[in-house]
Amino acid sequence: MTSPPISMSTEAFAGWPPPALTSAGPFAAPLVTLSWGVFAMAAVVLLIVIAALVLALFGREDLKAKIGNQRLIWYAGLAFPVVVLSALLIWGLSLTSALTGEPEPGEMRVRVTGEMWWWRVAYLNPEGGEAGAVQSANEVRIPVGEPVTFELESADVIHSFWVPRLGPKLDMIPGRTNILRLQADEAGTYGGQCAEYCGGPHALMGLVVVAMPRDEFDAWMAEQGEAAAAPTDALAAQGLEVFQDNGCGACHVVRGAPGASGLAGPDLTHVGSRRTIGAGILPNNRGTLAGWIADSQGIKPGNRMPSYTTLSGDELQAVAAYLDGLE
Amino acid sequence: MNGTGATGMVLMALALAACSGAGETRTRAVPSGDPERGLRIMNEVGCGSCHAIPGIDWPQGRVGPPLSGMGGRALIGSGLPNRPETLIPYLMNAPVADPGSAMPPMPISEEEARDIAAYLYEH
Ligand code: HEC
Ligand code: HEC
Ligand SMILES: [Cu+2]
Repeated sequence: MTSPPISMSTEAFAGWPPPALTSAGPFAAPLVTLSWGVFAMAAVVLLIVIAALVLALFGREDLKAKIGNQRLIWYAGLAFPVVVLSALLIWGLSLTSALTGEPEPGEMRVRVTGEMWWWRVAYLNPEGGEAGAVQSANEVRIPVGEPVTFELESADVIHSFWVPRLGPKLDMIPGRTNILRLQADEAGTYGGQCAEYCGGPHALMGLVVVAMPRDEFDAWMAEQGEAAAAPTDALAAQGLEVFQDNGCGACHVVRGAPGASGLAGPDLTHVGSRRTIGAGILPNNRGTLAGWIADSQGIKPGNRMPSYTTLSGDELQAVAAYLDGLE
Repeated sequence: MNGTGATGMVLMALALAACSGAGETRTRAVPSGDPERGLRIMNEVGCGSCHAIPGIDWPQGRVGPPLSGMGGRALIGSGLPNRPETLIPYLMNAPVADPGSAMPPMPISEEEARDIAAYLYEH
């Protein structure tokens, strides 16, 4: 018996028709049209080839002679493909030209940096810089119905950013900034996936894009701008101590928690408000947080966070409760 | 060895065989639960991040014990009797049901825990 996929991001690739063929915004729609066009054309060509094959094998002698004719080979073997493929190229380029249009002034900008094997996210300030920008990871929230500019970069090797229902995939190349625009026409959660092999747990490098109505988005953004909430109960307070005693802050930022300023791993200031952990692969709750911390290497082998097998059950409960409370 | 002794031994062997037989058949079940849904919920909340669970290919967590053969297990956690009335609350909030447990409270309703118990007892 096989199980349904647990990974939140692989949901983006399940179902029929495949999500890559069910667009949810204007930057994905032309790709769906183009895909169906290519499928249709390929189907027609396949039918012609099969018909010719059947004729050549079982047809009447005079018909066989006709399809063995030199002229037909020039027409059907050379002229026809040149015309069809050129037409397809022109149609495809015109359909997709809108995808690379210049961002409008004042458009919201998000910088997403591919890291082995997760995504660093910064909501840029109006000047396009990171000063005062809200930092997050593995999840990008956008307002419904508005185009958003993504500045795609890489911190190490080539990754590729792909949210099939919202737009084309675009590589993240070290030393370059590639511009991608996405828009979601309906509120909802859209799965994404790294689409360029980047080593080890590449297949477990997913993300989610969450589209929400403008007013909810603004309220959410205001909360994200705030420092982490102080623990409200004894268990979470103990969890903060576990976090500090075990050096988690050497790799993770928790704005407002002393000493938590490391940049090697995802920003955890509001980790409790995110849909997933482990880069889009696990749902986010106290259980999965504890499971990840105790044995992230068992879940995502080769990732750059060590498994904390030395924590006692109590410590694990506490640190998971603390992070869960960072909403 | 006299006749009665031999009969006694045969009876004892039969009784023992019956006992071990009882241990092997799965006596535990939750007829009111929906096992299919139980499996789906375990996937949705991520029990696999800590347990290897029959029917779940990934992840197969190593933090807690594998959950195969739960129907035949006598005790759960630190030594609670393995019965639906103990397992269901345990799945929802282990630290309360079994103080000191390393398994965190899970975001599932009683009905969902019942479905999960039905699945685990069947596999
Ligand atoms: C050596 C650096 C390092 C240390 C130390 C470290 N982490 Fe991590 N952590 C990472 C990296 C890198 C990731 C991203 C892994 C991935 O998804 O590939 C991560 C991911 C996480 C995540 C998931 C975040 C998300 O949004 O997906 C949590 C939660 C977390 N770490 C908690 C902790 C806690 C708690 C500790 C201390 C007990 C800790 N980390 C110590 C590097 C570290
Ligand atoms: C943080 C990791 C973690 C997560 C997530 C987790 N568990 Fe556990 N679970 C454990 C640990 C550790 C034990 C052993 C506890 C003990 O013996 O005190 C355990 C014990 C159990 C047991 C008793 C097994 C036995 O033989 O004693 C069952 C059943 C169980 N878990 C089911 C689940 C289900 C179902 C889920 C999801 C709803 C889940 N667990 C999520 C860590 C976890
Ligand atoms: Cu990759």
